[in-house]
Amino acid sequence: MSAAPAPGAAGKAPADDTARPVGKSSWTPYALLTPGMLWLGVFFVVPTIMLIRMSLSSGTAFSGDGSFTFAFVDLQWSNYGDAWNQYVIDTPIFQKSLIYALIATVLTLVIAYPLAYTIAFKAGRWRNFLLVLVIAPFFTSFLLRTNAWQTILVDSGPVVTFMNDIGLLNFLHTVTNTPDSWPSWAQIFPDGITAEDRVLATPLAVIIGLAYNFLPFMTLPLYASLERIDVRLIEAATDLYSSAWTAFRKVTFPLSLPGVVAGTLLTFIPAAGDPVNAALLGSASDALMGNAIDAQFKATGNYPLAAALSALLMFVIVAMVAVYVRRAGTEELV
Amino acid sequence: MSEQTPSIAADSTSTGGGADLHIVDVTKRFASFKAVDDLTLTIPAGSFFALLGPSGCGKTTTLRMVAGLEEPSEGRIVIGSEDVTHRKPYQRPVNTVFQSYALFPHLDIFENVAFGLRRSKKKDVRNEVEAMLELVELSTYARRKPTQLSGGQQQRVAVARALINKPEVLLLDEPLGALDLKLRRQMQIELKRIQTDVGITFVHVTHDQEEAMTMADTIAVMNAGRIEQMGAPMELYENPVTTFVANFLGQSNLIKGQITGKSGGDALLEVQGQRMAMPTARVHSERDEVWVGVRPEKMQISRTGTPTDGENAVTGVVTDASYIGVSTQYLVDLPWGQEVGVFSQNLSTEGPLSAGDQVVLHWNPAHTFALDAAQDADAGSEKIEGDA
Amino acid sequence: MSTMTIDERRAQALAELPPYREPGPATRGLRWVRAHLVQFFAACALLFMFIPVFVVVLFSFNSPAGKYNYVWNEFSTAAWTSVWSYTEITDSLIVSIAVATISTIVATVLGTLIAFAIGRHNFRGRGGTNLLIFMPMATPEVVMGSSLLTLFVAAQQEGSLGWMTITIAHIMFCISFVVVTVKARIAGLDSRLEQAAMDLYADEKTTFRKVTFPLVLPGIVAAAMLAFSLSFDDFVITNFTSGQTVTFPMYIWGAAGRGIPPEANVVGAIMFGIALIVVLVPEIVRGVRKSRS
Repeated sequence: MSAAPAPGAAGKAPADDTARPVGKSSWTPYALLTPGMLWLGVFFVVPTIMLIRMSLSSGTAFSGDGSFTFAFVDLQWSNYGDAWNQYVIDTPIFQKSLIYALIATVLTLVIAYPLAYTIAFKAGRWRNFLLVLVIAPFFTSFLLRTNAWQTILVDSGPVVTFMNDIGLLNFLHTVTNTPDSWPSWAQIFPDGITAEDRVLATPLAVIIGLAYNFLPFMTLPLYASLERIDVRLIEAATDLYSSAWTAFRKVTFPLSLPGVVAGTLLTFIPAAGDPVNAALLGSASDALMGNAIDAQFKATGNYPLAAALSALLMFVIVAMVAVYVRRAGTEELV
Repeated sequence: MSEQTPSIAADSTSTGGGADLHIVDVTKRFASFKAVDDLTLTIPAGSFFALLGPSGCGKTTTLRMVAGLEEPSEGRIVIGSEDVTHRKPYQRPVNTVFQSYALFPHLDIFENVAFGLRRSKKKDVRNEVEAMLELVELSTYARRKPTQLSGGQQQRVAVARALINKPEVLLLDEPLGALDLKLRRQMQIELKRIQTDVGITFVHVTHDQEEAMTMADTIAVMNAGRIEQMGAPMELYENPVTTFVANFLGQSNLIKGQITGKSGGDALLEVQGQRMAMPTARVHSERDEVWVGVRPEKMQISRTGTPTDGENAVTGVVTDASYIGVSTQYLVDLPWGQEVGVFSQNLSTEGPLSAGDQVVLHWNPAHTFALDAAQDADAGSEKIEGDA
Repeated sequence: MSTMTIDERRAQALAELPPYREPGPATRGLRWVRAHLVQFFAACALLFMFIPVFVVVLFSFNSPAGKYNYVWNEFSTAAWTSVWSYTEITDSLIVSIAVATISTIVATVLGTLIAFAIGRHNFRGRGGTNLLIFMPMATPEVVMGSSLLTLFVAAQQEGSLGWMTITIAHIMFCISFVVVTVKARIAGLDSRLEQAAMDLYADEKTTFRKVTFPLVLPGIVAAAMLAFSLSFDDFVITNFTSGQTVTFPMYIWGAAGRGIPPEANVVGAIMFGIALIVVLVPEIVRGVRKSRS
């Protein structure tokens, strides 16, 4: 009988076989868990339940005398009906949020992958330094950084002028214009993804902002996944007649899929609900779900409707994530 | 439960022997460190060639340069009549069996073996893959993943994956290192048999001298980026030309001596006061100061007083006797303070000698070899600092 | 073939080869570009990440023409001196730092405990616990913020929305990140080290104190730093649970409409500088140590 699994399959062998959790005394883990889990229970689980309950109530926050009155009499599905009508059919804010987030996620993936690849395989002793560089911008207030895009994308500035000169803006404007003949719920880009000569206050600016904000969240999981890949597998692929690109396509990328899944999730989910980029970089017509929910809570005071919007967003995201993860086939996300 | 050794069926998938592999004046530098130093070597087509040496001697670097995974700092690599020195690995008619097998964990065995064939976008690789899997007797494992196989099975997949591409040269980077002893022996025989059947040039890199001697037609012993000696296993073992080779292959006793003259085809020696003789052809030194070498198993050990006419002889005292069953290994103190080893087959009915016995060590002069005394007598012997 | 010696065969093969021509500079240049294509895109990505930061720092030295600080007007260090007396900013900074500090401490403690529980013990409900930890990271902040607001309203606490509710919210979402970070560190721990300690007469408590904890500490520190930056920089959840209290990000948000003063950029530049120092100094020290040894 030959020895225990030889180093034939890829990946580094675990440091030792006994690092897995051992069943020790029965009450220790529960004692350790309780404070933290209690906190999460009270301030995450319960509020979520309350949110759903609120979405099934009626009432308003601003009833004149400054008090909040909400009635939970019967199950009021009307809020969901209103939400659907207002934010999906009439003005497709819901769809917009998902699509903007999707485009931004793809963009982030394309930008982050070469960076993660370089750090994992080509960095040598600069690796830690580069990882620090990836996280460093994080430390300047993200509102300030997002706001900085207003300067970068300013109408007369070098970036926009360049894009204008090469005809990029005009091209995008005409190609991505949702035809007027389409129903209201399909009007994702009524004026195209960008204006003819401008980027600020257009969907493109919002998408760029979204892609920018979540780069570290995409880069780090990608890096973690790539770093695990045994370089010798790539060597074996080139030994077996794969060019550099083919080796990437057939070996490296498939093996980095767990990182890709983690990164895309950590990007798409927050992006779908983000209000900041839309508010700072978009126009009034670029308002997304995050802004809508915020407005309903703060401005209108229609808490039940706002809660319904929130809950709707959450359900859709959970559903999409479940399908995505099942198809991509990774179990361990945490 | 022992793994059944597959006897790999003889199969006439011979490609006609492949091409000569020429390594010409190759040097490889990493920063200021010379891993390979002005190496020139030709590996004849169709041979089983072993590159043997301790870790860090440059043998793996040489292999990787042939595979294209490293580029030489100087020199050329020629396969047949093609200069491949600057070609990428996927442009060379060479395949590698990696030390860690490097099987793709996300592909099953079938796809692993088929990987190289897919380059021509052939849809119809099924027949070839199945034939190859049959050759290594893993047909039933075609749809399993590498992690589900044992070490020996993974090794066979790695060989199959490389061989299926019918390369001119097959490179093996210490492929048996991770296997246990019994499996290793079996795989040595199988690999040798495959090579004989298929006729491809095999270049096998290893630090295990027994493995090299078992499998190879020709061995090159490498040390510090250079080749010390190259030839058939027997030639290297029986007639080493440097102390490194003498110590790295098996064990050698090296005694300081002087060449005093010639007589016929023999060289006359004075060794620590004793007169000895040996064939001139086995003297590998320009100078008269030499290490007189003889292998422990060539020495016979007898009680003092035994006649030793016609043989070279020294006297000494036994300090240690280890009975191993097949033989007894003695350590004998010689009068000038040197300790030598003797491997004696247990032919005497009296039983082995014991510590303290006065003995005479004698051997056939034709088994003597002489090396330049300027060389380090401990080279290649893996002695730890501070040992006697 | 067998009549020639090996050396003769080699000589013949070499003689038959066409002469080797060194590739010209154009080819070599192209080859270099092809080999370094990935690094080029990586550099572009890094540039993309840092340009906004440079803009923030740069425009702290701007003296804007009007209310808005988007177009370069003229160089001035005025903002760097006036920032210290800009009460709106300094007040909000104090709130942010205080909230972040408390949140970090509590979240790190709670999260580390959970990480040890999950990482070292097998218990019923482990899968469910993992799921619950993961969910805050997978929920949009907007949803979490609105849920918390709903909770506080339902508990009749709407009047007391302020720094306490902000802190509660921050602790909540930081716990998950702490758990993930520390758990990864624990998973990488070689348990044979602890076995060796116990073999050398250390009991469980001593082993934890002398071996386990010091080895996990870097992970805990990293988690704390992560929690601090997440809390300090948080906007969306804070916006929902803050009532009248203003944190630094909220100040920026409010100021965005009427024009963000360069003093705010000064704060951003300082934050970036501090963070860089905190993170780079250990790396530099390590590099110096390595080159000395």
